[in-house]
Amino acid sequence: MNKTAIDIELATYLLRLADDNMVIGQRLGEYLTRAPELEEDLAVGNLALDHIGVAQHLYEYAAEAEGKGRSADDLAMLRSEREYSNCLLVEQPNGDFANVMARQFFFDAYQLVLWGALAASHNPRLGGIASQAEKEARYHLRHSSGWVIKLGDGTAESHQRMQQGIDALWRFTAEPFEIDELEAELAMDCVATDASALRDDWETTVDRVLGEATLRRPEDPYQASGGRSGIHTEHLGHMLAEMQWMQRSYPGLEW
Amino acid sequence: MSYEVPLAPGEQVADIERTSDDHGWPLWEVFVRPKRGLNHTHAGSLHAPDAEAAIQNARDGYTRRAEGVSIWVIPSKEIHASDDAAAMFDPFTDKPYRHPTFYEIPDEVGQL
Repeated sequence: MNKTAIDIELATYLLRLADDNMVIGQRLGEYLTRAPELEEDLAVGNLALDHIGVAQHLYEYAAEAEGKGRSADDLAMLRSEREYSNCLLVEQPNGDFANVMARQFFFDAYQLVLWGALAASHNPRLGGIASQAEKEARYHLRHSSGWVIKLGDGTAESHQRMQQGIDALWRFTAEPFEIDELEAELAMDCVATDASALRDDWETTVDRVLGEATLRRPEDPYQASGGRSGIHTEHLGHMLAEMQWMQRSYPGLEW
Repeated sequence: MSYEVPLAPGEQVADIERTSDDHGWPLWEVFVRPKRGLNHTHAGSLHAPDAEAAIQNARDGYTRRAEGVSIWVIPSKEIHASDDAAAMFDPFTDKPYRHPTFYEIPDEVGQL
């Protein structure tokens, strides 16, 4: 089958969305048994599975769109760091619980506005994935923002740790709203959405939660970027090495 | 240790009491309604710092396979239980005439 340029662009876009969810799902999986309570471990495991589930749908679609005979598993397990196009936020390693929740909060707030917009995509398959993922994101945000508020407005130590988490990850929060030529083109066709237009809604959520949590909004203007084109922080390679080791050592292994 | 955490505008200080055991989070009893028209039934218990977190934890622990449409959580310390089962319940075991087994119940009544 001959793939048109638009199919390839669509596949590239789907991979970005999928990689975001795959990588944060893996990070949350790494955190299992380290949450402060058994109940929270269950919650984190649940989040991880939700994200990996979304990634699976998107990888399957991307694999069909690109038409290179690769499967969803191939896309997840056999692409290198430079081929992964997730935003830098999600690949940041797990710190303490406040740090994990800060990352989750920033990401959930982004995913909620993103899926909300993509649910109206003129591409029905992407729209369907988005409207399902939006419901999950709404719940995820309730969970993570609840923790940001509880820890921020908790004890002196929890407040300080939550502030550290927010400060440490702030510089990765502009990248998800960057838009390049490919996304602009797909947005014109009403397939993708103009992510830069979602930033205001994201900020409203973030400001409300930080306010309620008595946390200070960081003022550091430096913002990191590059994940969408495969230029990652030093952490992603290590994560992928662990995640992909089995499939690369025993190609085609199934269980 | 003493500490100062600023209050958010309009904030009310929560009055969650800690349980007497060493566990930092209070225990909650979880009740799940399996579907509309049925009662909430006791599903189990869990630890959570507040009611909202208890509901979220209950959702992940007790309804993730679509077992419910509604959840109640109640602090375990608010539940008062009967004791002395012999004095409480034995007197009823020899009074079968109190069972309404002599009525015909039409099928259409369904869940009663």
